[in-house]
Amino acid sequence: MIEISNINKWFGSFHVLKNCSTQVAKGEVVVICGPSGSGKSTLIKCVNGLEPFQEGTITVNDISVGGKGTDLSKLRAHIGMVFQNFELFPHMTAMQNICLGQTKVLGRSTTEAQDRANALLQRVGLGELGYKYPAELSGGQQQRVAIARALAMDPIAMLFDEPTSALDPEMINEVLDVMQELARSGMTMMVVTHEMGFARRVADRVIFMDQGEIVEDATKDDFFTRSRSERAQLFLSKILQH
Amino acid sequence: MIDFDFNAIIRNLPYLWQGMQLSLLLTGLAAAGSIVLGTILALMRLSGVRLFQWIGTAWVNFFRSLPLLLVIFWFYFLVPMVVQRQVDAFNSALIGFVLFEAAYYCEIMRSGILSISRGQAWAGYALGLRYSQTMRYVVLPQAFRNMLPILLTQTIILFQDTSLVFVVGLADFMTSAVTVAQRDSRLLELYTFTALVYFAMCYGASAYVKQLQKKIHR
Ligand SMILES: Nc1ncnc2c1ncn2[C@@H]1O[C@H](COP(=O)(O)OP(=O)(O)OP(=O)(O)O)[C@@H](O)[C@H]1O
Ligand SMILES: [Mg+2]
Repeated sequence: MIEISNINKWFGSFHVLKNCSTQVAKGEVVVICGPSGSGKSTLIKCVNGLEPFQEGTITVNDISVGGKGTDLSKLRAHIGMVFQNFELFPHMTAMQNICLGQTKVLGRSTTEAQDRANALLQRVGLGELGYKYPAELSGGQQQRVAIARALAMDPIAMLFDEPTSALDPEMINEVLDVMQELARSGMTMMVVTHEMGFARRVADRVIFMDQGEIVEDATKDDFFTRSRSERAQLFLSKILQH
Repeated sequence: MIDFDFNAIIRNLPYLWQGMQLSLLLTGLAAAGSIVLGTILALMRLSGVRLFQWIGTAWVNFFRSLPLLLVIFWFYFLVPMVVQRQVDAFNSALIGFVLFEAAYYCEIMRSGILSISRGQAWAGYALGLRYSQTMRYVVLPQAFRNMLPILLTQTIILFQDTSLVFVVGLADFMTSAVTVAQRDSRLLELYTFTALVYFAMCYGASAYVKQLQKKIHR
């Protein structure tokens, strides 16, 4: 479903992604990890075209992301994205956040959008909180609203960029639980995270990045039991100490 | 003891009120027009498209380097020539104000837009919103809200500046006061009164803006 082949990207003269290739099949959950600055966020933002790239191709459902004739907005409408800092719209209630894309992009009526929003708020465990503004919600609640906002667009795949790393520890699980449920329901997911417990429970594959390169791309079991690269082993030993 | 004739003021209140209405109308229309134009200029400056950036920047630099009085005068003569027909003083002054003040509102809106994190726009795009929709529903409402106190402060300045339409013979509040003051030879009374009115309105509005600022930055 998502095909990334030989992506190269530079920020000015800084080579941030080097020959990255991988693919995500329908229904697959792929976790991406790696040290800070290794290019994980940049890679995942390339998938829905938030970051342009200079070389290589990415296709989502056979539509080329960097292609000349591609209507990026149309493509993005079907790829959900969840950000580290939630990025809920602070001037809108949770409900309005979830309805905006539905009404303005998908053309749903307000009642239709609200029904969908209510169902999704139930699903992420926030049934009664639609009327609240983001500032009135905890971090974990905000992130769950953000997930509901993305799901409201009926995405064919979901991208997560460190969805729990801005959260207080006690709120991490409420978000991971929602993501786990989502994965079980068959959603195709690319998840940048350092939550190795989540990776063990939910991932099909794990990708390890370092300095702009995909160093390892292995099934979950292979990754945790016989990581081949030293860099990945070092990273794992550091992260699992915590 | 100087003889201070309150009647000179009271007698002329209806006329002065007409002048005030013109001042307020001009301020309101000019502010609305130049905030819209200023926002467009700000978006041009931030567009990343060379030509648009150049236009926006040139506009701001040009109008900020001219005295407002000159602009009002200039447009009074220029606008009728450009559109090839008679334009009344109010409309030509309004056009001058909008084009001039847009340069200032542009810079306010530009810093307002820059104060919104990139992630907010990303979140908009990620939902499939287009550039114009992302601006309209996500970025600009927040930028506008954050900048509201400064926009209002600029509008208070604009209100004071409308007194310059004096030079094209428009009877705004200030001009009306001058007219009756000279006609009735009651300069002291009317200028004092006018000063007090301007002071009360502008000071009151500034105090309100301060309150608002506290509320927004809470
Ligand atoms: N807009 C930009 N301009 C220039 N350099 C950038 C830009 N965005 C990111 N970088 C650089 O690119 C590199 C990769 O950034 P990226 O955010 O993808 O890393 P990351 O793996 O997500 O790290 P983290 O775990 O800290 O989120 C970093 O060195 C970063 O400083
Ligand atoms: Mg990152």
